Amino acid sequence: MSSLATITTQVADAAAPLDGRDPVAPLLERVRAGRDFGPNVYSTRDVLWVLYDRILRVTPATVDEPDRDRFLLSKGHAVAGYYAVLAAKGFIPPDWLDDQGGPGSRLGDHPDRTLVPGVEIGSGSLGHGLGLAVGSALGLRAQGLLDPRVYVLLGDAELDEGSNHEAIAYAGAVGLANLTAIVVDNSSATYGWPGGVATRFTVNGWIAATVDGHDQDALHAALTGHHGHRPHVVVAVVNNGEQA
Amino acid sequence: MRDCFVDTTTALLAEKPRTALVLADISAALFASAAERHPDRVLNVGIREQLMVGVAGGLALTGLRPIVHSYAPFLVERAYEQIKLDLDHQAASAVLVSVGGSFDRAESGRTHFSPADVALFDTLADWTVHVPGHPGEVSGLLRATVAADTSAYLRLSIMHNDRPYADAGDLVVVRDAGPGAALLVAVGPMLDAALTAVADLPVTVAYTHRPRPFDVAGLRALAGTEVILVEPYLAGTSARVVSAALADRPHRLLALGVGRKELRRYGSAEDHLRWHGLDPAGLRRALTGFLNPVAIAG
Repeated sequence: MSSLATITTQVADAAAPLDGRDPVAPLLERVRAGRDFGPNVYSTRDVLWVLYDRILRVTPATVDEPDRDRFLLSKGHAVAGYYAVLAAKGFIPPDWLDDQGGPGSRLGDHPDRTLVPGVEIGSGSLGHGLGLAVGSALGLRAQGLLDPRVYVLLGDAELDEGSNHEAIAYAGAVGLANLTAIVVDNSSATYGWPGGVATRFTVNGWIAATVDGHDQDALHAALTGHHGHRPHVVVAVVNNGEQA
Repeated sequence: MRDCFVDTTTALLAEKPRTALVLADISAALFASAAERHPDRVLNVGIREQLMVGVAGGLALTGLRPIVHSYAPFLVERAYEQIKLDLDHQAASAVLVSVGGSFDRAESGRTHFSPADVALFDTLADWTVHVPGHPGEVSGLLRATVAADTSAYLRLSIMHNDRPYADAGDLVVVRDAGPGAALLVAVGPMLDAALTAVADLPVTVAYTHRPRPFDVAGLRALAGTEVILVEPYLAGTSARVVSAALADRPHRLLALGVGRKELRRYGSAEDHLRWHGLDPAGLRRALTGFLNPVAIAG
């Protein structure tokens, strides 16, 4: 049982700092709780922070607004950084981070949209996010909601799933311009993607940018580089095993 | 039935701006005029069934009411995980409409057969399943289903009975053999063959075109000690429902339907009905074997 003083300290630690310190790191440590994280946690951290801090037009107050931007985490195992960022931005109470996966926890090893405010899809089985994102983008367009964008985060190994290639080909063919896919490429696909991940998209009519997945300014520039009448992919390249 | 589905869906797209239709090439030509009028809500993704159901999930998450349509094996079996995750797990709902049934296109063989589709929906929670027995039942079922906002599966077939029963979600008694008679429940297009098969036998025949949720109260009201199920899909699909409904009563159950064994034969749907014992003669053989000597002698 935590004392009131302990809880107060935790909340103070968790609040987004105003002095320029990394606001996610202490929250991520709370999720980690002494465990070893795989490289995938660190590979997605900067992308998630740039998205929620500088790109996505969604706040805890607008999670149900029809004209919000959507962020869909397709590689649902990359939850640690996701939960930490959601806490840093006020979507979930930081206290939730202290119990991931317990019987009373809302935060599983894969996220459930019905349990976590701000989470747009439940994911975990690879290859489902991009199809849901295509449907979301089509649904917004059909309702005349032309301002919001749909962002979906995948991994390079996840691209092995054929369902992604159904979605890549179709989104390109119909020019789904309100869709941005982000592929975190940490070279974890068993057989790799000779010629680069981006080519799988550009050959189908997407516009693509490939950037350093830890360079937040480069990520921001790439994530705002969509234009015109075509879907957009940002390939964020990170070194596997890199822990920063 | 497919024509009724096309007409009603085309009308719904015009009447209800929340309605969307997702296709994977199958039947796309029949919806060409609807696609021209509603290009943002009639979406043909090509021969991509995983994407078809994923797109439906995404549409539903933005507030639309998707109707998803293809051949039964491609809609239900190929995209089963998308149904489980992209609809149910997201708390999103859709109306899935199949054609082809168990073996409508018999000359195409096993790849186009889907006798297990209704059983697959039984592995999920809270799906409504409609199996109309006549084209005249399709429009009303589809309209009610689209309006209901929950997930539903409509199983359309080329097989049908002579006349429609408009309001047969709950069991409708078509033939009443009086107190103590065995109860035969015929689902969708199996009714006419069942009626022919029972002829002079002391069997009450009830009809439903909504096997899920099954009319348990109606079953308990009508059933004596002998119950016979005649279903146009995998034999025994509804056996667990009947057994659970009658768990507190001694009863015998005969569950007839399509067998599991792959026959590796083409022919016609009528041929397959006969090979699976679902033609009137086959049903009669099964019925008399089940009822003798108890009911027949009595």
